[in-house]
Order: sequence, then C-alpha cells, then structure tokens
Amino acid sequence: MAKNDLQGTLDLLVLKTLDQNGVLHGYGIVLHIQSASNDLLRVEEGSLYPALHRMEQSGWISSEWSMTETNRRAKYYKLTPQGRRQLEAAQESFDQLVRGVRAVLRFA
Amino acid sequence: MSVLRRFTNLFRRSAIDRDIADELQSHIDLRIESNLASGMSPAEARREALLRFGNPAITKERVTASDATLSFAGMTRDIRYAARQIRSSPGFAITAILTLALGIGANVIVFGVLNAMILHPLSIHEPERLMELANERPGDDNQSYPDFLDYRSRNSTFSDMAAYRMGAVGLSSAGSAQITWEFEVSTNYFDMLGIQPQVGRFFHANDDHGPNSAPYIVLSDTLWHNRFDADPRIIGTTVDLNKHPYTILGVAPKDFHGTELFFWPEFWMPMINEEQVEGYNFLTRRGNHGIFVIGMLKPGVNERQAQDNLVVVAHQMTRENPTTDDKLVVRLVKPGLLGDTLGGPAKMFLAALMGLALLVLVAACVNLAGVFAARSADRSRELAIRLSIGSSRWRILRQLLTEAVLVSLMGGLLGTLLAIVMLRVLTHWQPISEYPIHVTVVADANTYILALLLSFAAGILPGLLPARQVWRTEVTDAMKSGSASARVLRRFTVRDILLGIQIALCALLVTASLVAVRGLGRSLHAPFGFVPQGVMIAQTDLHMAGYSDESALPVQRRMIDAASQIPGVTGVGVVNSLPLSGGGSNWSVYKEGTADFRPSNSIMSPRAYQVSPGYLVAAHTSIISGRDFNWDDGPGKPQVAIVNSTFAHKMCGDRPAVGLHFLGGDKTRYEIVGVVENGKYEMLTEDSSPAMFFPTAQSPDAFTNLIVRSNLPSAEIASTLNRTLTSIDYNLPFNLRSWNDRLSLVLFPARIATAALGVMGLLAAMLAVTGIFGMAAYTVSRRLRELGIRIALGALRGQLVRAALARPFLVLVSGSLAGLILGVLASRLLAALVYEASPRDPLVLLGAVTAMVLIGLVATWIPARRALSINPAQLLRQD
Repeated sequence: MAKNDLQGTLDLLVLKTLDQNGVLHGYGIVLHIQSASNDLLRVEEGSLYPALHRMEQSGWISSEWSMTETNRRAKYYKLTPQGRRQLEAAQESFDQLVRGVRAVLRFA
Repeated sequence: MSVLRRFTNLFRRSAIDRDIADELQSHIDLRIESNLASGMSPAEARREALLRFGNPAITKERVTASDATLSFAGMTRDIRYAARQIRSSPGFAITAILTLALGIGANVIVFGVLNAMILHPLSIHEPERLMELANERPGDDNQSYPDFLDYRSRNSTFSDMAAYRMGAVGLSSAGSAQITWEFEVSTNYFDMLGIQPQVGRFFHANDDHGPNSAPYIVLSDTLWHNRFDADPRIIGTTVDLNKHPYTILGVAPKDFHGTELFFWPEFWMPMINEEQVEGYNFLTRRGNHGIFVIGMLKPGVNERQAQDNLVVVAHQMTRENPTTDDKLVVRLVKPGLLGDTLGGPAKMFLAALMGLALLVLVAACVNLAGVFAARSADRSRELAIRLSIGSSRWRILRQLLTEAVLVSLMGGLLGTLLAIVMLRVLTHWQPISEYPIHVTVVADANTYILALLLSFAAGILPGLLPARQVWRTEVTDAMKSGSASARVLRRFTVRDILLGIQIALCALLVTASLVAVRGLGRSLHAPFGFVPQGVMIAQTDLHMAGYSDESALPVQRRMIDAASQIPGVTGVGVVNSLPLSGGGSNWSVYKEGTADFRPSNSIMSPRAYQVSPGYLVAAHTSIISGRDFNWDDGPGKPQVAIVNSTFAHKMCGDRPAVGLHFLGGDKTRYEIVGVVENGKYEMLTEDSSPAMFFPTAQSPDAFTNLIVRSNLPSAEIASTLNRTLTSIDYNLPFNLRSWNDRLSLVLFPARIATAALGVMGLLAAMLAVTGIFGMAAYTVSRRLRELGIRIALGALRGQLVRAALARPFLVLVSGSLAGLILGVLASRLLAALVYEASPRDPLVLLGAVTAMVLIGLVATWIPARRALSINPAQLLRQD
C-alpha cells in the first residue's frame, strides 16, 4: 500500500519543484507550483514554510540566504542528495496512490 | 547530523527566531513587489500580500515548532513550565515527592543490602574465580584438615586451595588478655588471594614446617589501630595468644577483612599452630569437620568442570578412608557467607524482602497515579482552554509527562539520599557486640542506576494515567463549570480502583508485619528446653589461661564451688557449649554390639554436650526419668550419658531408655542414666532433634560456660561473679552476660526479619494514609458546594459525613478485605520467613483490622472536619 497523505503530497511538490529549478526561495516555489499546475494548485504559506523547515531538519533540502534579481535578501532552498532519493521514493509512492485511486474509481 | 543541528539550535534559539521572521517577511515583500509589478497601488499590493499570507504569528509559530519538534529547546521549555506548575501547587508536589521518596528509598535500601550480600564479591583480585567447597547437605559446609590437604593436592582444576576457620583467643600484649577474634588460615592463604601487606610481611607456604612451627600473626588494620596505635615498630615484637608467644609479622591492607563478608577477623594466624593455642589437635583427624576450604579456579576452568573434578577426588578419598570419608559429596558455592549456611536462607529472605519493597513501590506508584489523576481532573478546565486555543493533545500530554518525570526524579533523589543515610548507619552498625559482625553495604553504581530506573518508571506510569483524560477531554463540556464534575463523581473511577488496590497492598503488608512481630514474640517464649531468664553466664576458654582439657576440670570445679557460695544463687553448672548459640558438635552413635562404625550405619547423630553435675538443674532442663550426673561419674567409673526424649524414642521406642547402652564413634560403651525433656539446640525453627549429655569429669573440655541461676539483679550478680572468678585465676579472660543476651545471635535473623517487615508495614501504612487522605480531601473539596447546599437544606451531621466520605470508606473496606485475604493466602511464604508465623492467628487478624480502621480514621479525620465546618452562606455566595 502506498503510504501517502496531503502533507506528503506537499513535500513531493516542493521536492519536484526544487529538482526542476535547482535553487528557489519560498515565494518562488509558490509561484512555480501555481503556474506549473495551471493555477489548479495553490500552496498556502502557512503550510509551505513549516514543510520547508521540517524537510531541512530531515536533511532533504538545504538553505542559504542570498540576493534576488531585485536585490532583496531571500532564503534559497536546494535539494540534497538525500532529498533526491526521497523525491524518487515519494514519486513512486504517489504514482502507486494515483494508480490505486484510479483503479477504484474506474471499477464502478 | 540533524541531532547535532537540533542541539545547536538550542543555543541559537533567538537567532533562529529572527531567521524565520526574516524569511517570512521576505516572502511578503517579494509578493508585494510582484503585485506592484502587475500594476497594483502600493497600499493595495501590501493588503493583498498580507491577506494571502494569513496570520503571520501562527505561521511563524508553526515553522518554529517544526524546527523545534523533539528538540532539546522544547524539552527545556517543558521542564521550566513543569517546574513552575509544581511550584504553584506545593501540597501536591510534597505529597507526590514524599510518597515516591518512601517507595524508592525502601527499594534502594533493600537492593543495597542484596547487592552487598549476593551481588557484591569479596574485596580481592578476581573474586569470580574464588569458590568454596561445601558438602552435599545445605548448611553442612565444613571440611576436615586431612580432607583439605587431599583436595588441594589431588585436584587438577584449582590453581590453589586454602583453608580458614574462625575462633577467639585471649590476646595479651604487656597486660591482661582480651578475647580477640581471629582467622586460623593455611599458610598459603594471603598468597592465594593475592593480598599484599600494608606494613611488614605475611606468612607464606614455606613457613609451614609441621604442627606448631609457625608462631606468627598478621594484624587487621582495625586491631593495629585500636590496640597498637598504628605503630609500625610493633612489627617483629611478640604478643601472647592463650599464653604462647607469637611474633607480629605484618598488617593486612585496610580494605581486606578476610574471606567472610560479615565476620571480620581481628588478626590471622597459621592453622598449623592451632593445637598450641586451642589445646586440641584437629589437623590429623579426618573425621573432624571444622574448617572452610576455598580455592582459586585455574584460568579458563568453569565451576561445572571444577565440581566434576572434585567429585572424582572425593570418591577416591571415600575409597581410601571408608569410615571417616563415608559418603563424601562435594559441591561448590560462592564464598563469604559461611558457605551456604548463611547464604541460602539470607538470599531467600532478601529476595522476599525485595518483593515486598517492590510492592511498597507499586503502592506508592498507585498512590501517585491517584494524585496525578485528581490533579489533572482539577486542571481539566485549564487543559480544555489550552486545547481550544489550538494546543495539540500530544503537546499537553508531553507537558504532563514532563511534570510527572520531574516529580519522580525529585522523589527518587530524596529517596536515594534517605537510603544512603540509612545504608551508612547500617554499615556502622554492629548487631551483636561480642561478635565482629559488620554489615557493609555501600551504595555503588548498580544501586544508583536502579534508583534512576525506578524513578523513571514510577514517574511515567502514573503520569500516563491522566493521558487518558487529556485524550477524552471534550472542550465544550469541560468549559462548562461544575455540572459535569458532579455527575462524574457518582461513578467509581479508575482512581477509586487504584486506591482500592493500594489499600489491599497496604493491608497485606500490615498483616505480614504483624505476623512477623507475633512470630518473634512466640519464638522468644517457645520451649527452649531450658529457661534463660535469671541466668548469668561466664564464658571462657581455659586454654587461654594455659590449661589443657584435663587440667581444666579442677578449675571448673573450683568455679562452680565458688559461685555456689554466692548468697542468692540457686543453681550452678558448667557446659562446654551453650545450646542455641551457634557452637557445639554432633556425634554419631551406634547400636550396642555393632562392628560397622561408618557414619551411614549409625542410629543418629545427636548434639553432644559435656556438662557438670547441676547444670541440668540450673538450666531448668527437667529430668523426665533417671538421675542427674554427680561428681562420682568420673574417670575409671562406667561411662554414662543422659539423653533427651527424642533420642530415647529413636533408640528404643516406647521402652524405658534408662539402663540401656549405646556406642560412641570411638567404640566407647555408654550407659543411659537419665532422660530429659527435648529442647532447641541449633535453631529455633528446628524440629525436635536428639541430644545427649556427658559428664565433664568423663569427657573434659576446657571450653567453659559457667551458668549461674540466681534471684539477684543481673548487674549485682555480674559484679559479684566477676570478683569471684578473678580470685580463682587472675589471668583468665571471660565474658559475663545474661543468657537472654547470649541468645541474641540465634534470634538475630528473626529480629532482622521482623524489623524489616515492620518497616515495610509502616511504609505501606503511611502510603495508605496519604492515599485515603488525598482521595477524601479531594472528594470533599470537589463537592464543597453540594455539601453546602445539603447543609442549607438541613442535612444532619451524620448524613453529611456519610455523603462526603461514604466512597473513600467503601474503598477502604473492600481494599482491606482483599488485603487480609491475600495475607492469609500468603501464609506459607511468611511461615518460611518467620518462625511460628501464622496469619490465621486471631490476634493478627484483629490487629490488622484495627490498623486499617485506624488508618482510615486518621486519613479521613481532617476531610470530615472540613465537610462538617462548611458555612453554606459563605460558600454559596462565592464563585
């Protein structure tokens, strides 16, 4: 059984975003998820930042303060090798969940 | 890595807070920036960004939480919070801490003793390799010297073996002799144990040149300090042991007290010189079992292999000496407790005591659980408020647990401190002043670890109970005041059941301690076969004054004559060894006409006593038939004996025994001239066993117990006797003591058991009082309003007390009943511990019931007073 929940899904979205974009700050992650999902998914800041910090504590991502193009200080996140492995696992697990849910929905 | 980060977070707390604030602010700023870029007005851009972000305080708190989850920072905060909570309710804290301190303290003390007696080895190098040779029958752990030599030379599993034996001699150095306790040891003793002297030298195996060839002694540190002022110049000087000169070779190290855990010798002397000092020779008697044999296992040899090896050696010895080594079966035990003589019963007793101590701890925990449950019930409103403003249940639980653990650690600390003080006292305690018995119990790392573990366990388990409540708390219900609690109070709760269990445990312990006290009382008044009251005993060994067994007889007679002259004295006699005093020997007896003198062919092995005429009368040992000895029963006359009724019954059934004959192990033919009542000889708990008495004139012995029965006060007879005996021989060291005092050794285990059980019972009673008091007080305080209304409506005092205290009382009664029933069921266990213990004794049952009623009264008195003194007008006005 695929182990998954909403929090896991957010983690997956963040990890995938960082995997595709390399280095991003929190706001950038929100924007990317929003645009990549054609405005279907909107990440709440109230959930994103706790998730980012938790993932950092777990060693999946690392952070660094740096300047934006508009010369503003922002905290940038990037994947660690451990985070990359976690992304693969989460992706696999999510695929299973989707396949499972689809199968059930089609069954009717 | 992440643990390290969490740890460093602890010190970077404020830096992290700022970091998070900065990050969230930069997020808002970035959105404002892009809103501006998409054409909003500055005000509008700002408003939209803030709206989108939501409550920044909550977000920040959540981010901080995900950083701090399971971190040390969270823990220290919890601890600080818990400490504040505990400080704010000192009554609760003191109750809980004291309860735990008692429970944990009791456990640490018992474990400390257990640790010292069983787990803690002797203070020698590689103690685990040291074994003692015991015999097949438990309690019979002595070997003979020739057997020791054979075991030592023929085994292949021990690197060496040594022998020791305890004794008392008169030691004089420039002055009068004093009775001093010594170990007679084989000359290789110190070398085998790997002990080095602190001053001078020890004797070695090459000092052994046959009997009486090594007149040397080694002092203990204590004797060196007490008698010789720790003067190193005494090395090489001589002292007199029972009038024979011995050279002081050296002093043993401070922490070496011989090879018995509780019996510390004052000096050591070579065993080969024992004849000179003690006046008789056991070195060549294979049948005389009187020494302890210890051996150092060869490296790599285990106990099993060594024992198998020794059994083979023992078989060989039996083949070679069929009479004296008949049925020799050897068994290895841990040394230090007189072989297994003390070890077996002591271990059993301590294990049982440890069980009781754990029961006390369980009772304390149950009590504590009740206290915690009551407390969290009182705090249910506070908890509900915290839940409703968004605190997670897990977080609240963690706080409650932190509080519980903090309380239990404080209780554990206090308990351990109390225990350490008690153990100190125990270590300096010399239970029987005339014997060098030391109970050394020092709390070591094991003890502290146990205390810590117990504290944690005792804190977490009761702390978990309120968790149920936290989980169940319905925020809306709990916020509404009053109504809910009154409803809950009607039902029996977990708290009541816990209290019931605790009271049952308490009743069990109280019953147990009463049983023990009763048993001790009875054993003090059991038929001993003699009457110790009113008897003064002068004990001496005439060898100490230079007499032999034979030349001692006239002196003993002079002593008897002199003592009889003292006005007020009603009976005087001499016995070589007192019954029930640890000494004495058993001799095998044989049927008349037998030629087979192997022990297995004997009729029995009765206890043998050499007594003077008049001893039996003076001791109040009643003569059932026949006659007492008289001074005509001397050498050259027919050998005579007096036996007890068990002996008579075993030998000739219901026929009269007087006039019949039996044979001793040396083929001497004895005529039975009298039969006396049975008595206790070795232990109070023994079944009736055979005993026989021989006249001193026919079998002389220089060991002398002069028993003097009189109607004088003991101080007066003691001083008169002292003057009288000193006038007979000035150099004779003797010990004056009443017979009851002499019995202290044999009653020692029973006394200890009773004291221990008594203390446990007392602890349990205290816990029950606090438990019931806590519950009753809590019930009354929760129902103050209701009780006030009842008073206002005209309830009578009786009704009021019933309403307030019916439930604690019901719990008390049912718990006590359960405990009493358990106590009666546990009677067998108790009977094993204490002589004559029977919980079916109506007095014990009455005592236990009375104790529980008293406990109940004491515990509910104050809450009842409070319920009665409620002023309804005042009460209804407040809140």
